[in-house]
Amino acid sequence: MAAGTTYERIATYTVSGSSTNEIQFASIPSYYTDLVIVANLGSTNGYPSARFNSDTGSNYSVTNLSGDGTGTTADRGTNRAVADISYETTTDTTGVKTNFICHIMDYSNTTTYKTMLSRVNTASQSTGMTVSLWRSTAAISNIKLYSSAGNGANLYILTAGSTFTLYGIASA
Amino acid sequence: MTVLSLNTKQKYGSLLAGNSFYDPYAYKSIATVSVGSGGSSSVEFTSIPSTYTHLQVRGFHKNSAGAGSEYVAVAQFNGDTAANYSYHYLRSNGTAASSGAGASQNYVLAGYQNSSATSQMGFGGFVLDILDYTNTNKYKTVRSIAGADVNGSGIIDFYSGTWRSTSAITSIKFYYVASNFVQYSRFALYGIRSA
Repeated sequence: MAAGTTYERIATYTVSGSSTNEIQFASIPSYYTDLVIVANLGSTNGYPSARFNSDTGSNYSVTNLSGDGTGTTADRGTNRAVADISYETTTDTTGVKTNFICHIMDYSNTTTYKTMLSRVNTASQSTGMTVSLWRSTAAISNIKLYSSAGNGANLYILTAGSTFTLYGIASA
Repeated sequence: MTVLSLNTKQKYGSLLAGNSFYDPYAYKSIATVSVGSGGSSSVEFTSIPSTYTHLQVRGFHKNSAGAGSEYVAVAQFNGDTAANYSYHYLRSNGTAASSGAGASQNYVLAGYQNSSATSQMGFGGFVLDILDYTNTNKYKTVRSIAGADVNGSGIIDFYSGTWRSTSAITSIKFYYVASNFVQYSRFALYGIRSA
């Protein structure tokens, strides 16, 4: 980390071609306090979701709120295989219309489970927010991001031009 | 030649006066409070400098009341305990959406938390933005995204709030109305500068 930097970009990934269905941030340094992911994406289908440290077990859960212009939806998922960023289908097949910002709180502490707050929008469909829990006390050193079918089944192709940026925030 | 200090926004007549270091960063850590083994009834940031445009507090917290207890961490400014605050919220409990409001309150809402019998679980997160906090011509507006999930219950919230005061904010106090923060709760205050 550069001296004096509090909010720092760690890495950016831009999708090219037509075969990418997974983005991975590996070897995430532990010296920040929180992580923030900012993404702008499209996909052939699916729900934005994440996995931490490649944990494919049923160790995630989520509480969701979304609105699509006609009503609101509240959902809960328990013992999930992914950390849902949205519990609604929010990716769009006709462009790069979904954006999300995820806040991963105290990601490197080894005492508590990990909490992620997310805000997600798809311009043509809905807006929403989620809180996700990963039941692990491990420090997060690896994040995979997908557009997947429910509960992580089937990873869909991400649209070329989709961008994913990981930031670290350090505290005093 | 007039020189504008990038740190203090003060103008000096010389490159040598008052510009002892170069500080180009727009998002700065001001202070962090980590709750120790005895817990704490409140967390307070004092002597907040006026050199930023906005403030952000990032919280990770849990109450001491035990499994199933739900609390919202609330915030007061400049030690004002009177009914000079108001708020609105939008909420999902996983099965239904709801909204509500509070007028003439003693605090604004900052962060929901839902305890668990599992010591590692139940910490809630929030990101609270306090806008134009030094402006002495308007009341202060805040917003927060907050939530906690414990694999079977949980809440995701969005809050807005107002403090009806034109005073610049110099201190912020966080607390639960009827519980304490447990060990490993953490509150980090950041300042955001504009050009």
